[in-house]
Amino acid sequence: MTAKNTSTHPVVRIEDLSVRYAAGTLAADGLDLEIPAGQIVAIVGESGSGKSTLTKALIGLLPRDAQLSGSIRFGGTEVTGLDVHAWREIRGAGIGLVPQDPGASLDPVKTIGSQLIEVFRLHPQRSVPKKHWQSKAVDLLASVGIDRPEQRMKQYPHELSGGLKQRVLIAIAFALNPQLLIADEPTSALDVTVQRTVLEVFVSLARKKGTTVLFVTHDLAVATDIADRVLVMNSGRILEDRSVRSLVTESTDPYTKALLAQASAGHERQPVTGEREVAISVAGLTKDFGKGTDTHRAVNEVSFEVARGTTFSLVGESGSGKSTTAKILMGLLEPSAGAASVNGKEVTGIRGKGRYELWRQAQLVYQNPDSALDPRQPVASIIAEPMVNYRLGDANWRKARVGELMSQVNLSPELAAKRSPELSGGQRQRVAIARALAAGAKILVLDEALSALDVLTQEQILALLKRLQEEQQLTYLFISHDLHVVERISHRVGVMRRGELVETGTVDEVFSTPSHEYTRTLLAANPGQVLRELTDAASA
Amino acid sequence: MGGYIAKRVGQAILVIWLAYTAVFLAVQALPNDPVTIFLSTDAAADPATIAQMKAYYGYDQPLILQYLSQLAGLLRGDFGYSLSAGAEVTSRIGDVIGSTLVLAGSAFVVAVVLAVALVAAASLARGARLRKALLNLPPLFISIPVFWLGLVLLQVLAVQLGVMSLFPDGSFLSLAVPILVLAIHLSAPIAQVLLKSVQEVNAQPFVDVLRAKGAGESWIFFRHTLKNAAPAALSIAGITIGTLLAGSVITETVFARAGLGQLVLQAVTVQDIPLVQGLVLLTAAAFTLVNLLVDLIHPQLDPRIINANAGPPRALAA
Repeated sequence: MTAKNTSTHPVVRIEDLSVRYAAGTLAADGLDLEIPAGQIVAIVGESGSGKSTLTKALIGLLPRDAQLSGSIRFGGTEVTGLDVHAWREIRGAGIGLVPQDPGASLDPVKTIGSQLIEVFRLHPQRSVPKKHWQSKAVDLLASVGIDRPEQRMKQYPHELSGGLKQRVLIAIAFALNPQLLIADEPTSALDVTVQRTVLEVFVSLARKKGTTVLFVTHDLAVATDIADRVLVMNSGRILEDRSVRSLVTESTDPYTKALLAQASAGHERQPVTGEREVAISVAGLTKDFGKGTDTHRAVNEVSFEVARGTTFSLVGESGSGKSTTAKILMGLLEPSAGAASVNGKEVTGIRGKGRYELWRQAQLVYQNPDSALDPRQPVASIIAEPMVNYRLGDANWRKARVGELMSQVNLSPELAAKRSPELSGGQRQRVAIARALAAGAKILVLDEALSALDVLTQEQILALLKRLQEEQQLTYLFISHDLHVVERISHRVGVMRRGELVETGTVDEVFSTPSHEYTRTLLAANPGQVLRELTDAASA
Repeated sequence: MGGYIAKRVGQAILVIWLAYTAVFLAVQALPNDPVTIFLSTDAAADPATIAQMKAYYGYDQPLILQYLSQLAGLLRGDFGYSLSAGAEVTSRIGDVIGSTLVLAGSAFVVAVVLAVALVAAASLARGARLRKALLNLPPLFISIPVFWLGLVLLQVLAVQLGVMSLFPDGSFLSLAVPILVLAIHLSAPIAQVLLKSVQEVNAQPFVDVLRAKGAGESWIFFRHTLKNAAPAALSIAGITIGTLLAGSVITETVFARAGLGQLVLQAVTVQDIPLVQGLVLLTAAAFTLVNLLVDLIHPQLDPRIINANAGPPRALAA
């Protein structure tokens, strides 16, 4: 797979590349990398590993104050010293980019047709004659699997779903058949089934055209599914550079092994035995948004129960009604019909004092710990705030309790005086969990609480949640689109689709013998097929 | 789209009607009726004359009748009679409005051009020092009082250099200098808002995608950033109409130009309430119309606005 053809230049040859940012961080530290034509190479790493720095250096878009040393050759040409004009010739024509966030990566006030044709306009000498631009653009949209491409040309980005936007961006990247394509986390913002189809389109186009691809991802499962070769990066260095098979079976690097262990870990929870009290109960829950002909049913006749001390997960794609259900349970939304109760108390129709009581028993932990914490308050007062609100204890008691909570969530005591911008993502989420537990809540609604975190940080928070549950008999309603995480944390799982709960059961039932068609589709779309096969083969 | 326009036009009419009502009530709140106030500047006003004039102008009618008959007049385009000149308010305003429209309209256009040029230069400037200098211009512009700049320019150009007449004589400079004085002041808020908006747009991921397509900085600025940033600047431009009218009054006074500015000054000085009333209404109408125009241009710049207002998007989200 990595056979080198010495007679022609590799598409990319990087030698001893180092990048230092103005703030002093060394984001890339002596990187060496050679990519032959037509190969798909995945770079796996967490935030801050240097993977984005590497791709930005390759396309010449490092911040102006970054210092670069070493050599980058693209198709035999040294590109590190190129001026802006020479770079503009290469970008878009020689090197294409598929960006991370399709929602914000298209100009919202221009039609997608004009944004596609713009590539031809920017590189007229590399394009077909001007009179064919329109038809070529339509062909490109069709080639990435967009239906009715001619009508779509006149649409604006906000009229397209996330998956379609990413297809448009892929069409733009492939428009001039670049030799090298850099894909920067192209599917991490998409739902699993959409991710699957978008990846299929992307990889088959690259293979068909023989394009060399550098695919950046934090998800080892995705990387092993699509790539020929995987680079593992951490702290600005390339730790491993192997073919997919040898990475899975022969890797010796401890960091890689930790990533692999996380990605291939199955569920290890014992089924819940014995009769347990019901902590959360939902029956016939329905929520309509809008009125008249615009009515949209976000939640449709959903019923489930969660036993005390267990984890119930709601999985589904965006718009399936998971978060709406959670909001109703927290008393933040009124359902249109049905009943929901927490600890035996009905939560529909409560307000004022009733909510105040509810929130003492049940708390919400949000997806994004950055925006869920007041950036101007020190950690200690963030954690103490619920106790102040519920007038619990005196200042000394609260101080002791904050210390206790911080040690429960493994935060070292010296962080108490820090503010959230000084913390890492994982530390912030620990603070959010400590705050949720501060007033004595025994029920946590975790709305995509791990989704914004790096893989290994996810792993730590997952372990923390499990330990807290065992120690304090906590009940979790865990909401996620990530099947892998759901499989590991849950006792029972509910699968939601378009507002309906299509299937519920224990983890084993849902993951091993899914009964509903949609669950099977969802499971089939879950990345990591190759990884599972290889690990199974290795362990057999 | 049709529903959006109808809604905005309806709102504009409502605002003008409310403005009229507010002005009418404000006049009623005065200690005396307009005729008495007007004639009281003359020490020896005869009560009989006052009563006669009140009857003539209809100020002795019950309030509700006055309100309705004035409103009916307004719909016919009749703003009532100016007490100080014995002429119709509409004709007194009509005599001078052309000159003010030329001044204010040109100043507005120059201000917009100046603001866009300033922001373009600041965004595309290569040197950090040059950029910093350009960024400091809008705060400077807004701190210079209109009358001071006007007087300084008159002093330099007309008195010291003698290239311009002290009074309007139809020459190019006698029109260009007042326009420039007004435009500089007006361009500052537009430039500041546009600049802020441009910076926000530039931080969006799609700008990096454009760079990766091979687009240069000026391509990105003129073809993408400007259109994205324009709605915010347009809103502020609509609001500056107030500054524009106030600035016109000052500029016309400094440069001794006939226009609405001088008319306002006269009307207030001699306490000609019907004329003041007409001018206030005119201002309110101008304000409303410009902002209606802004609302109608917005959807042309940003296709998302219509959808946000008219229920579900015509999305074909698959």
